[in-house]
Amino acid sequence: MITEQPPPIRKILVDAPPTVAPGIAPPAGGHAATSGAAHHRRGEAGPERMTLQGLSVFYGENEAVKQVSLSIRLGEVLALIGPSGCGKTTLLRTLNRLTELTAGAQRGGTILLDGTDVDALEVTALRRRVAMVFQQPNPFPMSIFDNVAYALREQSRKRPGRSVLAPLVEDALRRAGLWDEVKDKLDAPALRLSGGQQQRLCIARAIATRPEVLLMDEPCSALDPRSTAVIEQLIGELRSDLAIVIVTHNMQQARRVGDKVAFMYLGDLVEYGPAEQIFDAPQAQRTRDYVRGVFG
Amino acid sequence: MAVTASPRPAPGKQRPKRESMADWRWGDRIAYVLCWGAGLALCAIAALIMGYMAVRGLQYLKPSLLWSHPSGEVDQSDSGGFLDPIIGTILLTIIGIAIATPIAVAAAIWVVEYGRPSGLARMVESGIEVVAGTPDIVLAIFGLALFQHGLLGWMSFTAEGGAVFGRSFLTAGAMMSLIALPMVFGATREGLQSIPAHVREASYGLGKTKIATIRRVLLPAVRPNVSTGAALGMGRIAGDTAIVVILLGATLRLEKEGGVPGLDVLKGTGSTLTSYVYNNSPAGEGNAPEKAYAAAFVLLLLVVALNFTVDLIARRGAKTGLEGTRLGAGR
Repeated sequence: MITEQPPPIRKILVDAPPTVAPGIAPPAGGHAATSGAAHHRRGEAGPERMTLQGLSVFYGENEAVKQVSLSIRLGEVLALIGPSGCGKTTLLRTLNRLTELTAGAQRGGTILLDGTDVDALEVTALRRRVAMVFQQPNPFPMSIFDNVAYALREQSRKRPGRSVLAPLVEDALRRAGLWDEVKDKLDAPALRLSGGQQQRLCIARAIATRPEVLLMDEPCSALDPRSTAVIEQLIGELRSDLAIVIVTHNMQQARRVGDKVAFMYLGDLVEYGPAEQIFDAPQAQRTRDYVRGVFG
Repeated sequence: MAVTASPRPAPGKQRPKRESMADWRWGDRIAYVLCWGAGLALCAIAALIMGYMAVRGLQYLKPSLLWSHPSGEVDQSDSGGFLDPIIGTILLTIIGIAIATPIAVAAAIWVVEYGRPSGLARMVESGIEVVAGTPDIVLAIFGLALFQHGLLGWMSFTAEGGAVFGRSFLTAGAMMSLIALPMVFGATREGLQSIPAHVREASYGLGKTKIATIRRVLLPAVRPNVSTGAALGMGRIAGDTAIVVILLGATLRLEKEGGVPGLDVLKGTGSTLTSYVYNNSPAGEGNAPEKAYAAAFVLLLLVVALNFTVDLIARRGAKTGLEGTRLGAGR
């Protein structure tokens, strides 16, 4: 019945550079990259924000991410796709050093944020610049206002009062498209909001500190289609002043929101390029099989 | 799908017969009746206790008893009320819970959030289990030995010649805290463990430190649990007799010690409703069962009120807190 057997795993060369779709320079090669790609969403990507060089992540003996090199640019949505367990979430969590919380996780390779090694940054400072939205909407058990204010409050002895924070909170909620829905009930518990609203509150919380990069780990997988559409539209709007990396299982979503798409398989970065090319003219056999739904 | 046989039952036709007990095996029937019976019997026992104590208590309870001091008269009509024991119960409960709550919450946070080395964390947990399992009379005797030590003389009073009395509200309260501590610890630990990992990660992801996460996110989240544990612990303290009889000095009235206002009461001795009931029961010296019944009824009301508070907190926690929400739903 199955005529097209997937090729053996090891055919993907671990040490080989990822297959890069034509029309785009290799990731490290500066940002003339997208010029050739006829992307209908935007013409030009901004400067490089994060650079991954030979990034590997180990869980004990198991190498979850293998020698991945990528660049993340301002004004661009990078969608990470691949089957479950391919390392895309691990890769994402490595970018703000959240994998360090996992016992036994080790990292190799370099991650640069605006040219600075993230290991040289204080982890709290890094995470304010590289914010994250999780799979499950996870507002804190406090009021809507406090959820956003919590992110804004510096860890200093002097705690800014509400009058200082209010405009910043409003700004964050507006950018997350939630302001009109919650402006009259800012002191209501955040957990009373609907799932989609909760997730947008989490986005507001994440972008409140004006991060340079926003990481999203399957942000819509716990939401209904309408909330998903709202979030996807929001991603499109936020893109203008952020670099966004989104992990998704959903290939339609990757196509809808992604400017660039990276396909990962068993820890390897198999292919990286503009969304259209990954989906319409993939170079690697694996990618072709995956986007056509042969496996995954 | 078979198309031929088994047509849908015509409307109005007899519905499939519900299973009735007549079809059950005898063993099932007996077990069923026994389970029902056990539940009803427990309700009946609770009602009986409440009812009997209410009848006897209300029979002897006069409002004046609530605000008159006890006195050592032999004639029962002159022996006063139990204002001092009521104050003693409240005071001792507050002291005990005030000592227990911070220690228990801190221990629970350490065990759940840090817990390294894990062997030590397990030791802490079994240590608390040992404390929870220790009979209160043993705690009381141990407390007496401990607080009669010269170094701890400041907690009670030192007689001429240097003997430390070791009995006071402070020493009794310190031992009472050990009774409440496992309750608060257990409830807080459960609460912390029920918070999914991604909530903590959300806070770390915003650039917050572990301490900030504990203070601003985790502690507010487990507040209903802490309250529940504290209310349970307060019920245990209010109901304990052994520690009061041995460590509170067993004076019916509050006897102050030293000259510092406030501290003199804490360093002094007194009684609680439990010791008052004990002393006035036929087993004690007072032998004034009427007053014992009246005081027991007041004590019962106090503890039942605490239990209702627990219920209320738990239910309110369910409404605004984590249960039934995405946060409590696990990963």
